[in-house]
Amino acid sequence: MSDGPIISIRDLRKTYRVGEVDVHALRGVDLDIQRGEFVSIVGPSGSGKSTLFYIVGGLTPPTSGTIHMAGKDLLGMTDADRTELRKSTVGFVFQKYNLLPTLTARDNIEIARDIARKTGPLDPKFEEVLKSLGLAGRLQHKPRALSGGEQQRVAIARAIVNNPGILLADEPTGNLDTENSTTVLTLLRDLNERIGQTILMITHNPEAAAYGHRTVRMRDGRIE
Amino acid sequence: MRTLLSVVAISIQVTMVLTLVGLSRGMLDEQARRVRGIGADIIVRAPSSSVITFSVNMPAGIIRLIKELDPHVIAATGVLWQGQDMLNYVTGVDLAEFDQLNGGFRFLQGGPFQGPDDVIVDSYYAEEHKLHIGDSVTALNRSWRLTGIFEPGMLARLVVPLKRLQELSANTGKITIVYVKLDNPARTNEVIAKLKARLKDYQIRSMQEYTELYSVNSVPMLKQFIWVVIALGVLVGFLVVFLSMYTAVLERTREIGVLKALGASPAYVLNILLRETALLAVAGSILGILLGYVTRFLITDVIHGSLIQAIVYDWWPITAGIALVGALLGAIYPGLKAARQDAIEALAYE
Repeated sequence: MSDGPIISIRDLRKTYRVGEVDVHALRGVDLDIQRGEFVSIVGPSGSGKSTLFYIVGGLTPPTSGTIHMAGKDLLGMTDADRTELRKSTVGFVFQKYNLLPTLTARDNIEIARDIARKTGPLDPKFEEVLKSLGLAGRLQHKPRALSGGEQQRVAIARAIVNNPGILLADEPTGNLDTENSTTVLTLLRDLNERIGQTILMITHNPEAAAYGHRTVRMRDGRIE
Repeated sequence: MRTLLSVVAISIQVTMVLTLVGLSRGMLDEQARRVRGIGADIIVRAPSSSVITFSVNMPAGIIRLIKELDPHVIAATGVLWQGQDMLNYVTGVDLAEFDQLNGGFRFLQGGPFQGPDDVIVDSYYAEEHKLHIGDSVTALNRSWRLTGIFEPGMLARLVVPLKRLQELSANTGKITIVYVKLDNPARTNEVIAKLKARLKDYQIRSMQEYTELYSVNSVPMLKQFIWVVIALGVLVGFLVVFLSMYTAVLERTREIGVLKALGASPAYVLNILLRETALLAVAGSILGILLGYVTRFLITDVIHGSLIQAIVYDWWPITAGIALVGALLGAIYPGLKAARQDAIEALAYE
């Protein structure tokens, strides 16, 4: 782990307007995540962990507070700035894999490079990672021909192909059986240890959370 | 399936325009070809007559006047055109005079009229109506005896004696058009100038000028009609693609959310949909062009309606352009909807 937080959050608040009611999803979150750290966030439904995930991922702006990620202030960002942030700094892994069904596994990975306007052959370091994901021989298949575990491994490959500063994983084992869950979590820890990938993982599962360096607990929009 | 239906719908729009334009041009070209086949150098029409229709007649005495006007006129013959239905005319001809122009009709079967109620037809007409020499042919609500079948491409499809047609149509002593042949075609302009000086207000044109007038522009309202069909084509393309893309955007909401999470800008998402639409339009245009051959086969070989559909190559890019414009217009709203989709809502879409 290197010095200096890659994510620095202070008094982060997010209020949604649902109909005529204000919903306070985040009520003043303070959190630092160091470069190369693997942090698990746990908490019950409605605790605000998904909102935190979306803000850190640049999918929605915060209402107030400060949030710096890889030196960038997310509070004043426009939609275009956040799009750029997702393209260059963040990689997502979702519970439902979210691969594009009409593309092969390889094209699902390639489209992330295309969006980031990266051309040419894959980075040799990434090729190594691809091997470690155990996807050799499966890249020409479309998602429907892949098992859940394989799909999630493709999703992980897609998330890190552009070398993001931080990998955000939202319940990455939520749809997997125990064996595949262990494989995916081991892969995430391996990525963290081998290439120093910073990972922020949301999970309900304490066993999954234990794969991280530390676990942050959330409740009612705050960190406990 | 939706994609296939969109392609088919776009192709129908393309075929519709190609068939209409092809029919217009096919019929006009055929008419021009038949006029050229006569072998005249100059054509004289009554004042205020139109190029395409034959509704205005003139006194037959004008033929003698034309013959006497210039020594370079070696033959002049008048014919009377009498409309039978929207597309077909019965043409009255004095065969003896007509033969002086270019040797007259070349008979494949039978020969010239032998009596006043005889008729000759071209082989296309004979084939279309399954006619043989001696058969009875109904035209202008009466029966005619078929005496000859001639090579197509000469004057008309259905020809009867001039005098008989003049009587039947209450046009005694009248003709619709005069074909003039010169001893030297190089003198055409010179003779036209003389004729124009003498025959004020008459429409006097060289054969080349006359046949060049056989265009869509010369047919009253045809151009406007084609524009209406084109506008309908754009509308159909617009609606089909609009519905197709709108449904596609709804179905792919989650995928759009994924693309946005990966950092795709609104322009990137819009670009994907517009490219897909362009592909639909191109595929629809190709299919539409192929279907144009099918409609030509149906019109020419199956229906036998005296209709001729030309394959209008120069309209291929135009109709493809029309399809593309209609399709892209239809894709704009769904495309913008996709581009503006909120990523979080899209990712939560089931």
